[in-house]
Amino acid sequence: MTTAAELLAAIPELAGVEPVTRVTIPARLEYTHSPGSAQTRFLNALPDKRLVAERCPQCTRVYVPPRGACPTCGIATSEQLELPHTGTVTTFCIVNIAARGLNIEVPYCYAYVLLDGAHVGLHARVGDTAYADVHIGQRVEAVWDETRLGPSLASISHFRPTGEPDADPESYRRWM
Amino acid sequence: MSKQPVAVVGVGQTKHVAARQDVSIAGLVREAAVRALEDAELGWADVDAVVIGKAPDFFEGVMMPELYLAEALGAVGKPMLRVHTAGSVGGSTALVAANLVAAGVHGTVLTVAFEKQSESNAMWGLSLPVPFQQPLTAGAGGFFAPHVRAYMRRTGAPDTVGSLVAFKDRRNALKNPYAHLHERELTLEQVQSSPMLWDPIRYSETCPSSDGACALVLTGDRGAARAPRPPAWVHGGAMRSEPTIFAGKDYVSPQAGRDCAADVYRQAGITDPRRQIDLAEIYVPFSWYEPMWLENLGFADQGEGWKLVEAGVTEMDGDLPVNPSGGVLSSNPIGASGMIRFAEAALQVRGLAGEHQIDGARRALGHAYGGGAQFFSMWLVGSERPDH
Amino acid sequence: MSSSRRGDRDVAVVAFAQSNHTRHTDQLSEVELVMPVLHDVLKQTGLTANRIGFTCSGSSDYLAGRAFSFTMALDGVGAWPPISESHVEMDGAWALYEAWVKLRTGEADTALVYSYGKSSPGSVRDVLTRQLDPYTLAPLWPDSIALAALQAQALVDAGLTDEPRLAATAVRSRRAATGNPHAQLRGSADADELLREPYEVEPLRRHDCPPISDGVAAVILAAGDTARQLHANPAWIRGIDHRIEAHQPGVRDLTESPSTRLAAVAAGAFDAPLDAAELHAPFTAQEVVLRRALDLDDRVPVNPSGGPLAANPVMAAGLIRIGEAAALIHRGEAHRVLAHATSGPCLQQNLVAVLESSEGPHGTRGGAR
Repeated sequence: MTTAAELLAAIPELAGVEPVTRVTIPARLEYTHSPGSAQTRFLNALPDKRLVAERCPQCTRVYVPPRGACPTCGIATSEQLELPHTGTVTTFCIVNIAARGLNIEVPYCYAYVLLDGAHVGLHARVGDTAYADVHIGQRVEAVWDETRLGPSLASISHFRPTGEPDADPESYRRWM
Repeated sequence: MSKQPVAVVGVGQTKHVAARQDVSIAGLVREAAVRALEDAELGWADVDAVVIGKAPDFFEGVMMPELYLAEALGAVGKPMLRVHTAGSVGGSTALVAANLVAAGVHGTVLTVAFEKQSESNAMWGLSLPVPFQQPLTAGAGGFFAPHVRAYMRRTGAPDTVGSLVAFKDRRNALKNPYAHLHERELTLEQVQSSPMLWDPIRYSETCPSSDGACALVLTGDRGAARAPRPPAWVHGGAMRSEPTIFAGKDYVSPQAGRDCAADVYRQAGITDPRRQIDLAEIYVPFSWYEPMWLENLGFADQGEGWKLVEAGVTEMDGDLPVNPSGGVLSSNPIGASGMIRFAEAALQVRGLAGEHQIDGARRALGHAYGGGAQFFSMWLVGSERPDH
Repeated sequence: MSSSRRGDRDVAVVAFAQSNHTRHTDQLSEVELVMPVLHDVLKQTGLTANRIGFTCSGSSDYLAGRAFSFTMALDGVGAWPPISESHVEMDGAWALYEAWVKLRTGEADTALVYSYGKSSPGSVRDVLTRQLDPYTLAPLWPDSIALAALQAQALVDAGLTDEPRLAATAVRSRRAATGNPHAQLRGSADADELLREPYEVEPLRRHDCPPISDGVAAVILAAGDTARQLHANPAWIRGIDHRIEAHQPGVRDLTESPSTRLAAVAAGAFDAPLDAAELHAPFTAQEVVLRRALDLDDRVPVNPSGGPLAANPVMAAGLIRIGEAAALIHRGEAHRVLAHATSGPCLQQNLVAVLESSEGPHGTRGGAR
């Protein structure tokens, strides 16, 4: 295979010219996203500290945050229901590195919290506890960020242990 | 019209590194393509169509790069397709190319998968804030770490199992000149004591971020008969997808993976994968995914995958070598990794894997997955032409 | 099952649906936009997602402003139990091509193809600049209208068109769209009124450009007898092929489209007269180029649906041409229709499909070598 140097050597006009090997091209694109109907209902309830899930009329599974469609049935989740602020940790990890541009303090605990009544875990931080104590089956409750209440999941700061005994594994085993 | 058999007659890849600063994106893909053509002793004019695949365009900052790459891949005047199925894309791309030959649409197809993620920033691309969701995962590892924890708890596996896989793959990579990581001094103790990135996944149990490309030349009976070196024959291939998130999803052993493997085995006439398949190149970006996928693919019973690892079954001199190439843990140009698995499986049954060749390899599985453990693509290749 | 009769593996479009294309869909997420259209085609055929043999979609992360954006729309399909599914980061017309190939292998008898694009979240003019050579073209940010204008000017300079003729194309297309309830721009002022407007980028005015649209399209393909069971009048894909040209506009003759011609020949477009053509020409001038490549004179109605000048959901507009062509056949309004799709700057890549009713001439051509 011909090398770049060989190709350049064959063009007399480029004799002695340093090839460009790198260009840095900033690019910026702005997007305005819409959450859609289902997520809008969920987001609008957050400033009131309400967690509004949606149920699929066909398989009866409850999704939070609601996605507008039941992913296994492919139909609209139509029924809204309010969930308690308590749930169970079904799995988690401790993150020690922050992605570039993410404004978050490391280490932090990222967990799936199965809210009582839901069938999928909510992705959330677990805090107010030593990370070594976080475990599957632990009972937790939402802690709201009073300074950031608004139509955004930032309204919830994190989940903290309630101190209750661990959940019965049967209550979450299928939804892990 | 019955399906035509498909043969791999050319394999090419680039030496995977953190950043290829000596070539443009076009240069990178062309390098792999030229090597594959040379392996097949074919020229650009022999190629009827080109199929490329890669992961999200944000990784290079180029939207729909097949447009820019048309000239570089000799595709002017030819059909060109670009596949994107997240991390499984390298595999899906090979399957789409194989289908073109199987359906009799084209005689010879060049397929290339690549990622030049140093041009942009892969971790940024993977952690782009998803609108209306809290940004929590910090890269793919953050997404998969909770599921690794769930596997460890479900099976009671000792927490050293992951490090055994990482150590094995990094040692295997030393025998693969194309692998990114060549850590000659690495010890098992170093792996086991490396820092936790997303507990329970350690730094040394994590795939690198690589620039790289892989190319295959696929053809039918006539092309295979003319090929200068033994072809690898496709005995089965399939793709399966399941939703990203759904109630009752098994993240540890996704149904889509099991169904995909079952389809491939059925096509290939495999009833006992553990005994009938000589080796597997499977997509393991985080060490614990080896025991998890061993179960998902039917090589081990549920809950037993880690025992195969502990017993050394998946070492190069074991009964079922896994990732003799060093795997994704040693090289990970994201869009290419799936095709590299497929390519390495093909090299093995062709007897062309050089220093990391598994003796007597006649049937090998190539596997790729992507997304939130939801997209799977796999193929089984063999040294014999299938009789269907 | 193993019959070697070619007729057995002929593939037809047996259902087509699309959204009502609009400038904004702020109240709907992608999946909420896609789902009703999927339900529509599934209902038309009585199939459910898990009885379909293969699913393939087309969409773009850059358009959506999110990586892995196609995974979200999958929720609208109901992919459970797991499905055989693939995706191309291209217009849905190429997703349809991949599905057509799949059906030709015999691995599936039905396929669901869908594509969608929300142009509203970003600035599509600027987003499309990211398609260009990242080292030499993209840094100049030549937006899609400027590139189309380059092509239009080349045609004007060659004496192949002029601004009044381009305006007439716009008028014709948008007036045809009054019969299309899904179109975004329906109806048009007279050409001389349009020609009094200022240029967007000379020689193109606003009317020469497509609207910015959010929209979805879906098609169901079926093979052989399955197609006959699913529709009384299937639209058979007699030939389908696609080709790409060099990327750099500077090395191409922008007044011609050799890739369209090559694809058309391979697809058998010239084998018999056409009753209509649906062309994916988002800019009026591009219709001139395509007509030349396809030898289409005024006898063949072009874009009876209104075409992309009436609705242009990027990533779906090409699939819609195939759908609209099929719909003409389904309704018994035509027997042989050409559908075209394009991708890339100035018609760099082109796909041609020839659809026929069951009474049309037989014989499948699909670029086989």
